[in-house]
Amino acid sequence: MPNKELIPHLFRTESSKIIAVLTKVFGLAHVALAEDIVSDTFLTATEKWASEGLPDNPTAWLYAVAKNKTRDFLRRDQHFSHTIAPTVKAQQSEMEEIQLDWSEKNITDSQLKMMFAICHPDIPEEAQVGLALRILCGFGIEEIALAFLTSKAVINKRLYRAKEKLRSLALPMELPSPPEMDKRLENVLRILYLLFNEGYYSQTKHLPLRKELCLEAMRLNYLLIEHERTNKPFVNALLSLMCFHASRFEARMSKVGEIILYDDQDRSLWDDDLIAKANHFLIESAKGDVITKYHLEASIAYWHATKQQATDKWEHILQLYNRLLQIEYSPIAALNRTYALAQANGVKKGIQAAEKLALVEAYSYHLLLGNLYSSVAIDKAKSHYRLAQQLAKSEAEKKTIAEYLRRMETID
Amino acid sequence: MMIFRHIPNPDIERTPEQIQASIKQWQDWMGGIAAQGKFVSANQLGFEGKTLKPNKVVTDGPYAEIKEIIGGYLIVKANNLEEALGLAEGCPVLAFGGHVEVRDIMVLDH
Repeated sequence: MPNKELIPHLFRTESSKIIAVLTKVFGLAHVALAEDIVSDTFLTATEKWASEGLPDNPTAWLYAVAKNKTRDFLRRDQHFSHTIAPTVKAQQSEMEEIQLDWSEKNITDSQLKMMFAICHPDIPEEAQVGLALRILCGFGIEEIALAFLTSKAVINKRLYRAKEKLRSLALPMELPSPPEMDKRLENVLRILYLLFNEGYYSQTKHLPLRKELCLEAMRLNYLLIEHERTNKPFVNALLSLMCFHASRFEARMSKVGEIILYDDQDRSLWDDDLIAKANHFLIESAKGDVITKYHLEASIAYWHATKQQATDKWEHILQLYNRLLQIEYSPIAALNRTYALAQANGVKKGIQAAEKLALVEAYSYHLLLGNLYSSVAIDKAKSHYRLAQQLAKSEAEKKTIAEYLRRMETID
Repeated sequence: MMIFRHIPNPDIERTPEQIQASIKQWQDWMGGIAAQGKFVSANQLGFEGKTLKPNKVVTDGPYAEIKEIIGGYLIVKANNLEEALGLAEGCPVLAFGGHVEVRDIMVLDH
């Protein structure tokens, strides 16, 4: 890999590991310090590797330099030494040189604990996602701003406040205790789900970035599965769901960033490997007797991922949505449920159910009604499609609806 | 709260298909309420039970002196009784001679 790409790539893969290991030693209140040491390390890497060439083992080089900078900092900063060094020294058991454990075990353990610290319910949700992207995934501020469709200033402010909150919470870097584990895991999964959705549904045209977001969410989810204490059935359910969605990533987007709807997708672009993984995690999630919304969503995704058309597919999907909505309502689930109902119980019943939803401000509501009416009342279909077009925000959405309207014209 | 009441018929035996169809009816109906964002919770009651009366008397069965039993309940969000009644329409219990009692739930602590 050419030098210019190597350092950003290494930042993405290694910065979160170094920050996690250092934060384990310093404590969560000083995560900003850990970040500074990492920035400094990569700055030095940029300078040295340009003039002296690449080291044989760039990763080991980074860890060694990070350790040196940490040692230098502890020597220089008297205030820090007084307030923090006692804790550090206690952990280090009176060694002269600071000891940092770069084993894979410690790195993974530190990252896991970092995940729970960042995904803490007392921190505002947006801030949790931002912190996760910055500290757990090594994303740049500009990338995060791009993903959230906002400015660098907004992101910087959000992250600053989040770190202040982390400092004030004074959390230990520990996995939650067994009685707390499920609840805290739910919060972590919630953040991973949001992260994944940012990549999957966001409006930014930066396709590689969106894919990265999805892959990072999956990577972090997998960390939970690899650890015995966090490898719960519902954790597997979420990963299954993400794998099913990700399997269609290539087919879902045209080269110019337009959304290609399910029925129009080229099925040969579906990733069979990811579908196989998704099935594996779905089976793992079926252990135990708790059904969560992730189980239901993964099961629905399973039915959509089958390339063959099962005759009772829509009945299965309808029943899954019935249960999903009873656990947690969302307008999207309500609309999707209604579509499934139309397929399973007939268009007339589908229209009846749809009219009851009355989500008149949502363009997707009118899209659904347009679709349902298109086989029974063309005029009504057209008027709903036109409403949908007015309400739709993005060009991509308006274009898709225009296509539906065009198809209506040819029927008339 | 909707309370589903019906008079059970001990002579009727339902086939697995009929039971499946019944489950679908209930799930579709509750799903419809949930799709409107108005579902809170529901439970089907079991077929066994005991009744505790004054003076620590316990009798078998959920049955009171009338033949009607409560099969289950559903809690919904509605602005008034009329709205809740509207949601009760289409309830499967109505198809086999039962009825839906619609009551408001009192808020006790403020």
